[in-house]
Amino acid sequence: MENSVTEHDHASVKTYLVVAAVLGIITAVEVAIFYIDALRPVLVPLLLTLSAAKFTLVVSFFMHLKYDSKIFRGLFVGPLAVAVLIILAMLALFGVFGGGGGAA
Amino acid sequence: MSETAAASAEMHHTSTGLPNRKLLMWAFIGSECMLFGSLIITYLVYRGRSIVGPYPEELLNIPFITVTTFVLLMSSLTMVLALAAVQRNDMRQGKLWLLMTALLGLVFLSGQVYEFSHFVHEGLGLTTNLFGASFFLLTGTHGAHVFVGVIWLTTLFVLAVRGKLTSANAETVEITGLYWHFVDVVWIVLFTIIYLLV
Repeated sequence: MENSVTEHDHASVKTYLVVAAVLGIITAVEVAIFYIDALRPVLVPLLLTLSAAKFTLVVSFFMHLKYDSKIFRGLFVGPLAVAVLIILAMLALFGVFGGGGGAA
Repeated sequence: MSETAAASAEMHHTSTGLPNRKLLMWAFIGSECMLFGSLIITYLVYRGRSIVGPYPEELLNIPFITVTTFVLLMSSLTMVLALAAVQRNDMRQGKLWLLMTALLGLVFLSGQVYEFSHFVHEGLGLTTNLFGASFFLLTGTHGAHVFVGVIWLTTLFVLAVRGKLTSANAETVEITGLYWHFVDVVWIVLFTIIYLLV
């Protein structure tokens, strides 16, 4: 049921503290990975995954999207998905993925 | 309409059963996704295409920016703590966390001003090369959003000090928080794209 969880059923203060700690740890891991030469070949997917994890944590818990109405979720995820798709399409168009696109 | 939705509609007196201001803020945040998406595309497409220096690998200071990133992340924590305090009508804590959030935002902005002035000193301007143009446009737009957020938070703090912000206005604090957290998630993306994927 869409509104079975009302807008006031947010996470507890303890949850906020745990999420903040996890965000700090992920940031530290990101920077550590950046300085490890052995991880260079997988640096991009690794950093993008960690960044996506931080993004999801903030949006879900701090912005309460996990607990709020699906309408809010749609208003955010819809344009976000469009933006990501356009970014990927433009990167492909300009040959950033190494396919040698010709627009540049 | 379901029972809970009806109860919610009664609470907010709106056709959706949701607070209109919060709905508007989420719609605004959706539009901001498109704005920052276009700026991120510009940065990524121009990445590595500068034909004159200075180049990003010569300028970007990862340890410094990691600290300012951590500061902005922690400001999101203080923001939710402010909201939780206002919701339980603990205005003493509410004021403290609102002020702390604004101060952390100011620290982040100071770091950005320092970074920009350092880059300019090193010869990177808005029109120096493609990196300068796309970097200043992207991070400058984000910085402007942080600046607006700091003013907004300071306004709420002043209202709280004057006794004009109570638990009855918790929705106002929540909407401010949505904006502030969005500014934070944008920086999470920019930190990775600009500084770590050099």
